[in-house]
Amino acid sequence: MTATAEPEVGRARLRKEDARLITGRTTWTDNVQLTGLLHMAVLRSPMAHARIRGIDVTQAVAMPGVLVVLTGEDLAAEQGSLPCAWPITEDMKAPPAPALAVDQVNFAGEAVAVVIADNAYRAVDALAAIDVDYDELPVVLDMNQALAEDADLVHPDLGTNKSATWVFDSADAGSGGDVEQAIADAEVVLERTFRQQRLIPAFMEPRSVVCDPSNDMFTVTSATQIPHILRWMLSAVLGIAEHKIRVIAPDVGGGFGGKLQVTPEEVLCVLAARRMGRPVKWTESRTESMLCAHHGRDQIQKITLSARRDGTVTGLKVELLADMGAYLRLVTPGIPILGAFMYNAIYKFPSYRFVCTNVFTNKVPTDAYRGAGRPEATFAIERMMDELAAELGVDPMKLRQQNWIKHEEFPFTTVAGLTYDSGNYEAATARALELFGYDALRAEQAERRASKDPVQLGIGISTYTEMCGLAPSRILGALRYAAGGWEHASIRMLPTGKVEVITGTSPHGQGHETVWSQIVADRLGVPFEDVEVLHGDTASSHKGMDSYGSRSLAVGGTALVRAADKVLAKARTLAAHMMECDEGDVDFTAGQFSVRGTGTSRALGDVVLAAHVAHDLPDGMEPGMDADATFDPDNFSYPHGTHLCAAEVDTQTGQVKIRSYVAVDDVGTVVNPLIVDGQVHGGIAQGIAQALFEEAVHDEDGTLTTATLADYLVPSAADLPSFTTARTATPATSNPLGVKGVGEAGTIASTPAVVNGIIDAVRHLGVSDIEMPCTPERVWRAVRGSSDGGSTAPEAAGGLGSIDAQGGQS
Amino acid sequence: MIPAEFDYQCPSSVDEAIRMLADAGEDAKVLAGGQSLIPVLRMRLAAPSVLIDLSALTELTGVRDDGDSLLIGAMTTHYEVQRDHLVHEHARLLFAATNTVADPQVRHRGTFGGSLAHADPAGDLLAPVLALDAVMIIAGPNGRREVPAAEFFVDYFTTALAPDELLLDVRVPKCSGWGAHYEKLNRVAQAWSIVAVAAAVQVSGGAITQARVGLTNMGSTPVRARAVEDALVGQPATPEAINAAAERAAEGTSVGDDYKENLARVLCGRALTSAVTA
Ligand SMILES: Cc1cc2nc3c(=O)[nH]c(=O)nc-3n(C[C@H](O)[C@H](O)[C@H](O)COP(=O)(O)OP(=O)(O)OC[C@H]3O[C@@H](n4cnc5c(N)ncnc54)[C@H](O)[C@@H]3O)c2cc1C
Repeated sequence: MTATAEPEVGRARLRKEDARLITGRTTWTDNVQLTGLLHMAVLRSPMAHARIRGIDVTQAVAMPGVLVVLTGEDLAAEQGSLPCAWPITEDMKAPPAPALAVDQVNFAGEAVAVVIADNAYRAVDALAAIDVDYDELPVVLDMNQALAEDADLVHPDLGTNKSATWVFDSADAGSGGDVEQAIADAEVVLERTFRQQRLIPAFMEPRSVVCDPSNDMFTVTSATQIPHILRWMLSAVLGIAEHKIRVIAPDVGGGFGGKLQVTPEEVLCVLAARRMGRPVKWTESRTESMLCAHHGRDQIQKITLSARRDGTVTGLKVELLADMGAYLRLVTPGIPILGAFMYNAIYKFPSYRFVCTNVFTNKVPTDAYRGAGRPEATFAIERMMDELAAELGVDPMKLRQQNWIKHEEFPFTTVAGLTYDSGNYEAATARALELFGYDALRAEQAERRASKDPVQLGIGISTYTEMCGLAPSRILGALRYAAGGWEHASIRMLPTGKVEVITGTSPHGQGHETVWSQIVADRLGVPFEDVEVLHGDTASSHKGMDSYGSRSLAVGGTALVRAADKVLAKARTLAAHMMECDEGDVDFTAGQFSVRGTGTSRALGDVVLAAHVAHDLPDGMEPGMDADATFDPDNFSYPHGTHLCAAEVDTQTGQVKIRSYVAVDDVGTVVNPLIVDGQVHGGIAQGIAQALFEEAVHDEDGTLTTATLADYLVPSAADLPSFTTARTATPATSNPLGVKGVGEAGTIASTPAVVNGIIDAVRHLGVSDIEMPCTPERVWRAVRGSSDGGSTAPEAAGGLGSIDAQGGQS
Repeated sequence: MIPAEFDYQCPSSVDEAIRMLADAGEDAKVLAGGQSLIPVLRMRLAAPSVLIDLSALTELTGVRDDGDSLLIGAMTTHYEVQRDHLVHEHARLLFAATNTVADPQVRHRGTFGGSLAHADPAGDLLAPVLALDAVMIIAGPNGRREVPAAEFFVDYFTTALAPDELLLDVRVPKCSGWGAHYEKLNRVAQAWSIVAVAAAVQVSGGAITQARVGLTNMGSTPVRARAVEDALVGQPATPEAINAAAERAAEGTSVGDDYKENLARVLCGRALTSAVTA
């Protein structure tokens, strides 16, 4: 065994998993073939809200190849209710959530029947032969209307469309003052309303499930981010003993939170396989994916910010409406709450209040989507800082500098009660300004304004932070989340010295196999190639909390480091025994144990073999050289950074072009810079997509009109600028690697940078807000509306302007 | 997404294709590059019982010089049109528009004739074909006929082609030495036009002697901007004259959408400006 020459941590390695992922020569769930495999197709409701009067399956059952057609009534006794693991308040209202609708459908796309056939084509063919008799009910789509006195109800049994109200108040929590007082006393008060449009996660691999009921087990292969949680929840929902369920998440092609779910189709596949006694597969079409996999965002944010005339912020009040859709899925109610701790962001607000009202509508349920609550929060505060700068007539970056936490003030406990362990906003910002050419762009902007150039230039700033590395279990408990936030890893040293790493995280495109190998290679002094990472199978990786919330490295990586340290500790004891010296005299470097001050040494591989054969172990030592570790963090991690966007707005067509984009991120220690860059690039692309392109649109009947990728505009590289990325690094103090997490940072940071840039380009034309996505038409109307002297948009959030301390309009 | 069941036939001559179409009746569909038809089948918006694949009909591919005109075979792919030197020389407008169609993958499969037969008013090749006064050469059980572009496009996704007819070739009058430009506004690279303007102008001695302007997605069919053409002819090729003419781009359209009308005017000005300098 040779030691690696340069340290693996920090090395820009190509990903070892890429060849098989890119060529598709791997175990994507839909690639799974089993003897006797049956196929499931799902009939979906075209109605957003209706009672089911009857379902006639006689014709469908008679179609060639069809074995059975199942309706909600057939499964009512066994299908249970899909789980919601985050009851955010004691009195939260939650409707039953059947996998297959029984007597009522509550969103267009909800499953109403399944066909099981001998091939996938015949299963789909038979769907058209099922006759469902619906009785239409009034459709509830708008959150404000849903909360009105005499509103139609999504779930009449609940008596209201309001699921829960969740409040954080710094005065009550003791983490700050009373925001109402701050507002009353303020010299400047700004109130704005922003809309976080509904987004579709649009992961590349459609969802797919195979359930094999043979061998006295249910082996469920699923394109999921959460094999461990899925196993637990399937057992809870269906009453199948947990040890009789094995879940495999093979290679999974993307998720972005969209596969952090226990889906109706997973439950239905298990039930169908149980009934038929044969394996059953379901793979969705792209349109099914867009129509019924959970959506993200969809909030209305009313923000009130108070400040002094000198620019010092004094208070922040956030009033949210969050659209749950028709049901509460796995963590639906908690998503907006994850944002609650982030509205104050990097700024020293002395008082803060957050109130979120969760609302039912007849739409697809919402749930986690890259950033989950934090992009919404970051958007709102970063837009508000620009609004305040405009109101006060000061440079928006100077205003931020004036209010942010200084690097010497860390660790800093915020008004939302979190303790930011480390960070340096000054350093990241200085680097970003330099790379961007801030002053030159401001000069060009002034020129274009003066010459009334049809193409105006704007500069958008986002000095973001976020909380990730989910999560300290006791905090999750305090937030009424049903599970813990720890992570597990184990290391098995094989007799030949090769290393098997087992992780409880569940990668779906992030590159854990590469990064985990790099960490272990350094720690144990073994070659990168000698490490194999096993994941995503509850039979081999028996314990874990899976991958989401930028947690895998900060939490799972830490568990891995601890497991490696346990291996080394045991190996050191054995090495001392083998070299007949005192353990205290043993050094370990580059894979070799040596006796200090002598030429005696033993390679780790020799020690591992000695442990394996166990011919001569110290008294009481168990054979073998394996170790487990479970790590529960005691804080989140807080990546931060400064993103700058130069946006060109064509005032004649409304089209926005991003001319340059600089991202300087501080994600702590970087294990693999190439992977970090990839995460940042993809994240920025997704955030820009929210700012400019993507929106799930429903018509007045509640039908999704953006159910194909021709209608739901996911941008490609051709639509995006070349990003300039750089990093500063203040290591996290909450874990031994000093890592902070990078999975969501780009998405969280970029949306406000882009929208701030657009507004900055046209603010002098009287525009103070444009609803997302900022389509050419919306931008054109905003520009034209204001130059006509009218308001920018019906909601004209900016139109409220500033309210003076006496509460009068100024 | 899984299409409904269909039969597949692959004729080796135009005559055989016409026979197969006649035999199959109304329920047959012609398959060219499949870039529009296959999505329609997979989403089950159509379920023809027979697909007649034209891919073996090599006589329908390629661009030929036919005196005053070019003859472009219906099965010529977008990629082939983009690379053809005759098109570069005599039909630059078509070249310019084809460059903006979709992405390289789609351009390698999708065909010129398929685009026109599909007749999506947001498709990029219809307005140039209309502006250039092209003529469609069509074959059916009763022989061949020619239909000018102005009569070929009937409505959304509807042409003068009968179900038993094939589009064989398109005759495009040469515009050698003209300046041309296709100005397209779309939201992401592979998306269709919100509005686009196809402009070709002949400039002689600093004056515009002929002008052709077509609009994409400003109605249920491509639209000829006659008012702009009339306003240009005889004018000096100056920004003032061009902008004044472009102001009339939306005249005679009936989309009833002030944003799209604005785009027609703005993009028309830009298309003409580029065309006179091209
Ligand atoms: C992602 C994507 C993006 C696209 N973006 C654009 C764009 O920006 N601009 C644009 O203009 N187009 C775009 N297209 C469409 C593309 O140009 C297609 O190539 C074109 O619309 C159809 O050509 P085809 O050869 O694929 O025809 P097919 O799909 O095979 O056929 C289309 C229709 O025409 C009929 N047909 C085909 N050939 C004949 C014939 N010779 N005689 C009679 N009937 C015939 C077929 O029966 C069918 O009804 C896009 C397509 C995709 C998939």
